[in-house]
Amino acid sequence: MMSIRVGGVCDPGSTRINKTGGWRTFRPVYDYDKCVKCKLCELLCPDMSVLEREDGYFQFDYDFCKGCGICANECPKGAISMVLEEK
Amino acid sequence: MNFLFKSGHRGCAGCCDAMVAKFTLMAAGENCIVVSPTGCLEVMTTPYPESAWGVPWIHSLFENAASVASGIEAALKAMGKDDTKVVAIGGDGGTIDIGMRAISGAFERGHDITYVCIDNEAYMNTGVQRSGATPYDASTTTSPAGAISFGNKRPKKDMPAIMAAHGAPYIATTSLGYPKDMIKKIKKAIDVEGPTYIHAHAPCTTGWGFDSSKTVEVAKLAVQTGLWPLYEMENGEITSVKKIGKQKKPVEDYLKMQRRFKHLFTKEGGDEELKKIQAIADENIVKFGLE
Amino acid sequence: MAVIRDLNKDKMDVVEGSYAVAHSVKVCKPNVISAYPITPQTHIVEDLSQFIADGEIPNCEYINVESEFSALSALVGSSAVGARCYSATTSQGLELMHEVLFNVSGMRLPIVMTIANRAVSAPINIWNDQQDSISQRDTGWIQLYAEDLQEASDMHAQAYKIAEDKDVMLPVMACMDGFILSHVYEPLVLLEQDLVDEYLPPYEPEYKLDPKNPMTFGSFADPECYTEFRYLQQKAMDNALGKVEEAANDFYKTFGRYYGGLIDEYETEDAEIILMAMGSVIGTIKETIDKLRAKGVKVGLLKVRAFRPFPVEAIRNAIKNAKVVVAIDKNISLGLNEGALFTETKASLYNTSIDVPVIGRMIGHGGRDIPLSTIEKIIDDAVNVMKSGISVESQYADLKEELL
Ligand SMILES: Cc1ncc(C[n+]2csc(CCOP(=O)(O)OP(=O)(O)O)c2C)c(N)n1
Ligand code: SF4
Ligand code: SF4
Ligand SMILES: [Mg+2]
Repeated sequence: MMSIRVGGVCDPGSTRINKTGGWRTFRPVYDYDKCVKCKLCELLCPDMSVLEREDGYFQFDYDFCKGCGICANECPKGAISMVLEEK
Repeated sequence: MNFLFKSGHRGCAGCCDAMVAKFTLMAAGENCIVVSPTGCLEVMTTPYPESAWGVPWIHSLFENAASVASGIEAALKAMGKDDTKVVAIGGDGGTIDIGMRAISGAFERGHDITYVCIDNEAYMNTGVQRSGATPYDASTTTSPAGAISFGNKRPKKDMPAIMAAHGAPYIATTSLGYPKDMIKKIKKAIDVEGPTYIHAHAPCTTGWGFDSSKTVEVAKLAVQTGLWPLYEMENGEITSVKKIGKQKKPVEDYLKMQRRFKHLFTKEGGDEELKKIQAIADENIVKFGLE
Repeated sequence: MAVIRDLNKDKMDVVEGSYAVAHSVKVCKPNVISAYPITPQTHIVEDLSQFIADGEIPNCEYINVESEFSALSALVGSSAVGARCYSATTSQGLELMHEVLFNVSGMRLPIVMTIANRAVSAPINIWNDQQDSISQRDTGWIQLYAEDLQEASDMHAQAYKIAEDKDVMLPVMACMDGFILSHVYEPLVLLEQDLVDEYLPPYEPEYKLDPKNPMTFGSFADPECYTEFRYLQQKAMDNALGKVEEAANDFYKTFGRYYGGLIDEYETEDAEIILMAMGSVIGTIKETIDKLRAKGVKVGLLKVRAFRPFPVEAIRNAIKNAKVVVAIDKNISLGLNEGALFTETKASLYNTSIDVPVIGRMIGHGGRDIPLSTIEKIIDDAVNVMKSGISVESQYADLKEELL
């Protein structure tokens, strides 16, 4: 840990060293045939773990995805399924 | 999209506080300063030396976020930097209970700030104790259902009305069930000059007892049953409501998804209680013209 | 160096103590003032409000908060943005701020706050003692105590200089006895703007809330690092020891006035008896000393200006050759029956080779008048200690037995 600066200020976005992906029990997986690029999953993810790809589809950031399942539950096209994480 | 609220925070999977924070920063943009009171959001986003905030952010105490925001606004004004927006965002406890004096003072003084209350209907950070925002009959750790109790005995404190009585130029209720509506309203609140208030209904997977994937679904049901009406108030007048019309659902649909209301379906006398809760929803529907 | 005053009569105005303090704050150019009225602090904030209303403090906002809790909380935000901040309070107001006091010092925000010292309730009492600020001794604020109006007024410029020093970065309470100093009119020199500008550089913190460099303030510290946060606060207090002296010396160079740094001494050189005290009672003690010196009593005074950081070394040096020391306190730790200056002075001598008997005498609580006779009585006690040792270690010296 770096030495404490006056008042103990922290740098912006520094939680990104904490990879919360390890919390997952289920992992979300896309079925790109069903996805209509509505962006709802990207909007809803509480962990900012839905990343846009160059082709406009999305991919999961498994470093941080906690596997909450909101994206899968809300996807209007059923394009996301939750599969048991194999550890 | 590059979100200003960052990954790596310690919120539970499916955390409502994280979602409201994310949406608030989407609405606020980079040129803002954010204040949070003590609570889940604060603890989970800033374990020293880390921070999930991509904007300048400060936490002082549990009951003073609105006062801290006042001071930031005044300082920015004094130093000629008042293009920077000031946003407070914190829990129902820190806002409508222990923070009441502070928010009342800040709104009465007319500071140009936006306050976003994340209403997850209890003190989650300390283990799901009852707050003034806990709904009727919810079982919490300090208002537990038991042999002679159906849980919390009082209805929710009507905070938006209290803020309206302060003469706030813009107030809106929002819900995690309607994220785009939430972002739009927060943005509007920030753009309106003067003290503006957003009350965000935010189902907590851990405290309410539902699967982490259901945060948005549960939130939607609160709106669709009439238990959480969505409206905007400008200068004390209601200027828009979200009609529920054909979508209207019985309160059971909402309540049965949550562990905190389980006793209503298992305990003798629960039927009568459900009727009382339905009556609360029906009153809202009439009062706000939701149909 | 003893107390040195600028005696240029042309430069003197007859003003109320509160006005002098308000004027000092004005010339220190604060950006945000946030306060809540409470007797006997009111005149200070009223005068500042008038300055604002008259446009005399540019680039400054006055926040009319709804409580002392918010007065200081608002300044947490203001100071974190990089504003120079001011508040004033006393007694109930200060106690209401208790939680925020720790927060301000922990976040290392160099806020300056005047305390117009007053007794605490119950029973409610608006008059002077120092129980209010002494009860906040562990909140991490530097505490300076003024002897008279001129010192109280001048102390505010020094307070900002100390607080904002990058090796300190701690808040300061500038304590002045309520009514006795706040409500009295005396001729004094009001701080000159040009000299203050020379003495006090603008406040430029290393870190502030700024969208261009979006830092996080007020994070959550776990057992892995909390101790180090506290250690660094103590280290800043250690640094403040030297900075209090430096601020007083620099002030002397610029303004020609000096009241001591951490401490000041009066007739201590050959003194057998040394009285220790803080605040306006110093004047009464000096008068008593003059009277008794004329009769050949070898008595002197150690004025404690800084109670936090507690000037252990300076006190040891000042009293090491005395035959008896009396610490005079306008506060009491209930359950210990001692005033804070007494307890802490005793503690400063333990584990040293200095072997001076120290007794404690509490006086002037809730505004009880302190005539010379009270001080003389205390000196009598000290004489008896010299003759026959300590009989009563600590007690009230002005108790009315008939009310008990
Ligand atoms: C003065 C004070 N009292 C109590 C607490 C303990 N405390 C910390 S957070 C909290 C509850 C927070 O509830 P809420 O504001 O609703 O936020 P949530 O955690 O539910 O998001 C409590 C009671 C405190 N930190 N300070
Ligand atoms: S499962 Fe949850 S955390 Fe993972 S990508 Fe979907 S919404 Fe985000
Ligand atoms: S308890 Fe609720 S509010 Fe707190 S982190 Fe978990 S989901 Fe979020
Ligand atoms: Mg809550």
